[in-house]
Amino acid sequence: MGAGPAGMSAAVAAADGGLRVLLLDEQPQPGGQIYRNVGAGCAAPKWLGKDYAAGSQLVDALARSGVTVQSGAAVWRVDGGPRVVWSQNGLSRVTTAPYVLLASGAQERPVPFPGWTLPGVMTAGAAQILMKTAGMLPKDAVLAGSGPLLYLVAAQMIDAGCPPKALVETQTHGMLLRALPHLPKALFSPDMLMKGLGLIGKIRAAGVPRYKGASGFAATGDGSGMVNFSFRCKGKLQNLKCTLLLTHQGVTPSTHMSRAAGIKHEWNAAQHAFQPICDIWGATDRPGLYVAGDGAVINGASAASATGKLAALDILRASGRISADARNQRATTSLSALFRARAIRPFLDAAYQPPAEILSPPDQTIVCRCEEVTARAIRQGISEGANGHRQIKTSLRAGMGPCQGRMCDATVRGILSAGKASRMGGIDPPRARAPIKPITLGELAALSPQSEDTA
Amino acid sequence: MTIVARFQPPPDTGATAEFEYEGAAITAPLGISLAAALLAHSGAFTRQTAGGDTRTAFCMMGVCFDCLVEVDGVPNTQACMTSVRQGMVVRRQIGLRRLNGCSDS
Ligand SMILES: Cc1cc2nc3c(=O)[nH]c(=O)nc-3n(C[C@H](O)[C@@H](O)[C@H](O)COP(=O)(O)OP(=O)(O)OC[C@H]3O[C@@H](n4cnc5c(N)ncnc54)[C@H](O)[C@@H]3O)c2cc1C
Ligand code: FES
Repeated sequence: MGAGPAGMSAAVAAADGGLRVLLLDEQPQPGGQIYRNVGAGCAAPKWLGKDYAAGSQLVDALARSGVTVQSGAAVWRVDGGPRVVWSQNGLSRVTTAPYVLLASGAQERPVPFPGWTLPGVMTAGAAQILMKTAGMLPKDAVLAGSGPLLYLVAAQMIDAGCPPKALVETQTHGMLLRALPHLPKALFSPDMLMKGLGLIGKIRAAGVPRYKGASGFAATGDGSGMVNFSFRCKGKLQNLKCTLLLTHQGVTPSTHMSRAAGIKHEWNAAQHAFQPICDIWGATDRPGLYVAGDGAVINGASAASATGKLAALDILRASGRISADARNQRATTSLSALFRARAIRPFLDAAYQPPAEILSPPDQTIVCRCEEVTARAIRQGISEGANGHRQIKTSLRAGMGPCQGRMCDATVRGILSAGKASRMGGIDPPRARAPIKPITLGELAALSPQSEDTA
Repeated sequence: MTIVARFQPPPDTGATAEFEYEGAAITAPLGISLAAALLAHSGAFTRQTAGGDTRTAFCMMGVCFDCLVEVDGVPNTQACMTSVRQGMVVRRQIGLRRLNGCSDS
């Protein structure tokens, strides 16, 4: 499940090893988030960079591999067995297979602040998806938040001829100082370091105004569609008027499916997120269920490809196609790629931590966008005795809307721990239950035992 | 008030689809998502919440559900996960969807 670099690499390696593979992805094209739309048949614009263009090699390899690819296919249930239930064009089907790899990737960490629900406020990733899939360039946009993807989007906008109006960054000198001890290890990822420096150099050369150590984000609309963005920087209140405010605070693993499938999860304190527990091959505590890529832990695209391959090799071993020795031998290149990709993470995680006010935003902020529950209401719920996600959900409906908590889980956790990152891991992850993607009752009712196939 | 788009229009790639949005005819390149086409058309809201708040596509990757619209009479359709189709009829989704046949939800 998931046709990003992790799922595509795994599918190709498993098919090369002689297995019959079904690859399901809810997007119209394989590619995942990083290589969105790369195989759509049109030449990628230069401004997306050479890393993006590299995705077409993976998509081509997939096309040649004999893997059955189903696009527009949303997986909404995974059971032990394993058994996968997926929906395509309004019809659900059940597929059983001895091994299922979940490579569901990441989502952007929500950046809640007063006004983040206004039309005109979007995620930086959303703007990048519009650039990749529709060639639509943001007009007069401010980029706000922190993290490598924020710099990448800024650089892509500069190259596309629509530079951001300003870059408003939340990271402080303190965070950078705390990240410095991780820098020597990061030297094992020279490509990534050079790429990061190149992006920052490009932003500097383009003369984009930068506000560092910013806090206190707030946005208001003025009826004409413009967004008034205010924040504090160096003790001063700043105001920027823009048509588009793009926010970003890093990405977190998409764990709805792995949680709903009953896989055990653990708190990653450096990345402020829950992630499924797995071994180096991606095997979990549920027989036959594997995880790989950013959905297992955030390590970026080259690590995603490597972990996808490692999972495929172990599945080949478990299904008796290759010996453990052959698996280990064939794993060496992927293991060293994984080592290089991981080396820079402790530095990035420390340098671009989400600020406390994003984890636990001011009272008037809407936390649950679907059910319109504010931070104030959640704090009141806590003062009345709610001590976990479940009580907040039953008493206030936060997490009960169509997004099923994808937009508010992290903030509810932050408020429960009063914004103290050190306490966030002590709260159990919220339950996720099938269907993990909303489907109609009609579609459920039409599911019959005859709709079962084997992969 | 018309609110101008927050994005530059998509480049001309040849084949297009024409569809109806709130009674207006919109032309968009085939292959782009409905959310992209609506954002290219106008920066205004595309759905209203139960509380009357205005929203439009936010994440573009199927996570936030703020891009919900009514397509050919089917409410709760994620515009970011739907490709534009010739002749589709799209409406803003206002408030909570009603159950069929009920005047009030
Ligand atoms: C919006 C966004 C933009 C990003 N852009 C970049 C970038 O430009 N450069 C970069 O280096 N990194 C980028 N990243 C980070 C990025 O996630 C990667 O490092 C890389 O794409 C991870 O690969 P993956 O295979 O683990 O997951 P992904 O590439 O995210 O692929 C996961 C796939 O799983 C599918 N999926 C998820 N749930 C389901 C389901 N229930 N049913 C069916 N299919 C499902 C998704 O449609 C997706 O195609 C981005 C992340 C996000 C969230
Ligand atoms: S824009 Fe977020 S789900 Fe469509």
